[in-house]
Amino acid sequence: MTARTLFDKLWDAHVIADLGGGTALIAIDRIFLHERTGAAALNAMKAEGRSVLDPRRVFAVMDHIVDTRPGRSDQTLVPGGQGFISETRAACHDAGITLFDVNDPDQGITHVISPELGIILPGLTLIAPDSHSCTQGAFGALAWGIGSSEAEHAMATGSLRVAKPKAMQVTFYGVVPSGVTPKDMMLHLIATHGASGGAGYAVEFAGAAVRALDMEGRMTLCNMATEFATMTGLIAPDAVTFAYVKGRRYAPDPLPDWSALASDADAVFDHEISIDAATIAPMVSWGTSPEQSIAITGITPVPSAYMGLDAGQAIAGVPIDIAFIGSCTNSRISDLRRAAAIVQGKRVADGVLALVVPGSSAVKRAAEAEGLDKIFTDSGFEWRESGCSLCFYAGGEGFPPGSRVISSTNRNFEGRQGPGIRTHIASPETVAASALAGKISTP
Amino acid sequence: MMPFTTLTSKVVPLLRDNVDTDTIIPSREMRSTGKTGLKDGLFAPWRYTDVDARKLNPTFPLNMADYKDAQILLAGANFGCGSSREHAVWALAEYGIICVIAESFAPIFTNNCVRNGLLPIVLGKAQIAAMIGTVVTVDLASQTAGGHSFAIDTEAKTMLLEGLDAIALTLKHKPIIAAWLAQDRAARPWVYL
Repeated sequence: MTARTLFDKLWDAHVIADLGGGTALIAIDRIFLHERTGAAALNAMKAEGRSVLDPRRVFAVMDHIVDTRPGRSDQTLVPGGQGFISETRAACHDAGITLFDVNDPDQGITHVISPELGIILPGLTLIAPDSHSCTQGAFGALAWGIGSSEAEHAMATGSLRVAKPKAMQVTFYGVVPSGVTPKDMMLHLIATHGASGGAGYAVEFAGAAVRALDMEGRMTLCNMATEFATMTGLIAPDAVTFAYVKGRRYAPDPLPDWSALASDADAVFDHEISIDAATIAPMVSWGTSPEQSIAITGITPVPSAYMGLDAGQAIAGVPIDIAFIGSCTNSRISDLRRAAAIVQGKRVADGVLALVVPGSSAVKRAAEAEGLDKIFTDSGFEWRESGCSLCFYAGGEGFPPGSRVISSTNRNFEGRQGPGIRTHIASPETVAASALAGKISTP
Repeated sequence: MMPFTTLTSKVVPLLRDNVDTDTIIPSREMRSTGKTGLKDGLFAPWRYTDVDARKLNPTFPLNMADYKDAQILLAGANFGCGSSREHAVWALAEYGIICVIAESFAPIFTNNCVRNGLLPIVLGKAQIAAMIGTVVTVDLASQTAGGHSFAIDTEAKTMLLEGLDAIALTLKHKPIIAAWLAQDRAARPWVYL
């Protein structure tokens, strides 16, 4: 048998039928919905007289629109938001889909709770109508984002018609310098090879610097694969993965043998990128695409009118109005621990609004049990309920127009966090340090 | 779904890279769980000088008389990047754009186009720039646009040409899917909850 990549193995294990022309009918093992598009997909299916093939393998959660202010209910400041919540609830109930509702103890961001609950496992295919589904490829699973029509297709047929992408391997060899995080690794990759650098590919992350990461770090890495225009990112599972998965609610006991889920030593990739981890520095974005990122010691290469930055301006020291820690990229317990260690005993700079939004209700409880919430609030941060929150502006709660935000999120698009809002994406450590300094700073 | 065969239309240029789906249709413009009522929100941040009052920005190409009624949008690299929201495609279609010619597309956006009868075409930067101000004819069967040939995968081409409903098509494979699931359940019982 010819040598195969991890992606090939996952693909081959799920081919129901070859549809010709490079497209196959691929079996979908897990589907995850959220309230922004869940009701739309389920209602459209119902209108067509179609039912969900296997509701036990479909899950849904309230994360996109749900309020993150303390004491929340179905009420949200998002115009029409309550309709999305109530219609998704009704549609899930109707279809027999397990829903992690607004105040369910397991509520949280899709890509945070799916791993927490053992819904994503090595060797599975998982799709969700959410571009950051690639996060879950960190488990050696084939996980990717799709639109509403594809979600309907997967629910109705248990499969998707997928054109097979080419295979790319990105190897981070060596050791990252102290203070360099998975977020910095991805921003470095995207800044070097462009926001469309992965177009047409599925990317496997490999190398010693990837192997050295815990599961939460690996999820951060895979999370931003979509910002590299790839179908997905994935990492071969190992003992770290198996230890994480073991004992999770939906994980099998005993665990199956997943040890063959790795690229063969002589597997050939269509494209390979190799990066010396020692050359990566803490990164921050200066423009309106993740590819417009530089080392925090760097200068803006060209002016950005939207961002209000001149060419040749040092990015460190740019004053900020808001510091936001949250999102499916960087809101897990290890992210919060590292940020808390930086702010402990210190104060957020005068005039800076700082917020922490835990990635899940379980992360929130774990953080509170360790006293992290107290550290944050003593420093002047707001401490929120979990959800996608202010990663994007949905017309409800938002930042004052024109604000400059340092954000642990994944997208610095023009207007993403609101009209005129200037977003700089960076690691939670950099966000925490910048909150204290009142300007873009490293810890 | 409406079949896509040929199209002859003016083009509207939006030649910048990394135009994301948040800009094509901001989250705040997605006001109901339906798939319609989206055309006024299309490119809202750029199309209006006052979004709430829907005051048109005269310098935005979609608002210019020269490009009125264009059904083809010209774009740069990585068009449709970001959020997977299919509302971006629904908004374009509802507005009247049924073909986008770009240097490259984000993968989820491409799939969303094909599922809704929009044709995404990849051409080179110079080829796209030369189309500005012209009337372009697209012929999907012969895979040509403005005299240039373009590549498209066979599956997407068939779906668009015939206006096929992917779900209906796949449901024809129901027995094969059921047989596959039965053997997979035996091989990987841990997958089935």
